[in-house]
Amino acid sequence: MTRARQVHRRAVGSALALSVPAMILLLLIFAVPLLRLLALSIEGGSLAAYEKALGSELYVQVFLGTFKIATLVTLLTLAMGYPVAYLMATSGRAWQFLGIAFVLLPFWTSILVRTYAWMVLLGRNGVINRTLVSWGVIDTPLPLLNNEAAVLIGMVHVLLPYMILPIFSAVRKVDPTLVLAAEGLGASRLQAFLRVTLPLTMNGVVAGITLVFTLSLGFFITPALLGGGRVVMIANLIEEQVRELLNWAFAGALSTILLVLTLAAFWGISRLARTRPA
Amino acid sequence: MRRLRVSRLLLAGFAAVVYAFLLLPLLIVFPISFSSAQYLQFPPPGWSLQWYERYVDSPNWLEPTWLSLKVAVATMVLSLLVGVPLAFGLTRARFWGRDAFEKLTAAPIIVPTIVTSIALYGLFAQLRLIGAWYGIALAHTVLALPFVIVLVVAGLRDFDLNQELAARGLGASRWQAVWHVTLPQIRPSLVSAAFLAFISSFDELVVAMFLGGANMTLPKKMFDNIRMEIDPTIAAISSLQIVLVCALLALATRFGRGAGMTDR
Repeated sequence: MTRARQVHRRAVGSALALSVPAMILLLLIFAVPLLRLLALSIEGGSLAAYEKALGSELYVQVFLGTFKIATLVTLLTLAMGYPVAYLMATSGRAWQFLGIAFVLLPFWTSILVRTYAWMVLLGRNGVINRTLVSWGVIDTPLPLLNNEAAVLIGMVHVLLPYMILPIFSAVRKVDPTLVLAAEGLGASRLQAFLRVTLPLTMNGVVAGITLVFTLSLGFFITPALLGGGRVVMIANLIEEQVRELLNWAFAGALSTILLVLTLAAFWGISRLARTRPA
Repeated sequence: MRRLRVSRLLLAGFAAVVYAFLLLPLLIVFPISFSSAQYLQFPPPGWSLQWYERYVDSPNWLEPTWLSLKVAVATMVLSLLVGVPLAFGLTRARFWGRDAFEKLTAAPIIVPTIVTSIALYGLFAQLRLIGAWYGIALAHTVLALPFVIVLVVAGLRDFDLNQELAARGLGASRWQAVWHVTLPQIRPSLVSAAFLAFISSFDELVVAMFLGGANMTLPKKMFDNIRMEIDPTIAAISSLQIVLVCALLALATRFGRGAGMTDR
């Protein structure tokens, strides 16, 4: 064996050795329990749990509702996030730093803290209702909490940074001279944006959409607290099945469906992005 | 040129509204946490430190806080101990299935947390690990690992391997070269990874809810409390957490590389 091959073998050997602890951890504390859960859903070779989940109007409504909320959250974060990311990336250093800080501070604050804050703001005796009543705008408090709108607001707040950050880094990579060249060749500012900047930042947009949509599908805390029991997403359904009903087969089936939907969304969005005419 | 300024101003106005939306909920908890009222009231009728006192004086709140800190520190240490060698393994050699394995390490982020949680709940219940703090720490390590790996792999790919080879050529052992040359060079990545692992564990609710049993972590205690009543003690704890995040974020910005997703 040549010396070079020996060295290569040693490098591969030690690389594998270095990876072993993490591999064991991921296998034992992640892959194995996950496969066990999926196996529980078809215990005894019966597909009854899937028939129950996909055959009943009640559960199909939860799936559709979850998809609807995820879609709305994705569209809202995109509409709010793109302009902010664009402004941030094209500002001077000081403004850029401030903008990043404003996005990262909520990003790293616990979801629980943020959800609590929205309850304080939107509650019957919350800050918004109190203020509106004391200004004389309304007489009786508005029902702002415990509905789908409250869940949407809370989720958009949690997920907006996941949309802003990838778009921000995509816009920052766009060479400004390309935009200047387009304008020099007679394009209006809007045309230059639509024909140059936007296509060049599509990878950031796709990354943001993928993150926000797939994370939305699995949301649990925000609907549980801001929905007041009236907004049930798939994750809330799974939690209820395990904690209150101990129905593992059904929880396993719901988990499998949620996992498949998430992976399909993940794969589907990137595929759609690739076939999109440039 | 005039129209350009106008569109820029409109954009800035829109961004200001979005920033207000992002920051307002964080700011609102501060006045409420200093309220002298006996229940949630806005604007506060007067000021006091009663909610902070209630937090600091109550074992019902302090015990979950210590548990969460213990779990978060263990998660940070463990995810670095396991993640950093893996990052070396992934960047230093080509082996069959390497790219696929690197993608697979991101799986804990993609799989919804509720699914991971009940999967682990089923396993840990059989192993009688429910309620054990190290059980939660192990699960949190799996969730933190993708962040650690992404950051450290990026750090190692930017690092010039010739520096390590030069140290070896000058007589350093392999371990000495890594310890004295490589690790100090990728320190910003390590600091950010440690920060991410700590904070992701400290804030995590769903896994801890299932695996904690009767032992409450701070997020679990807060969740139960919020479900029952909106008590301003939570506002005091929230304020403290926001201050903690600000401090850690400042440290990570000073010593780390762009906290997480913004690098490069």
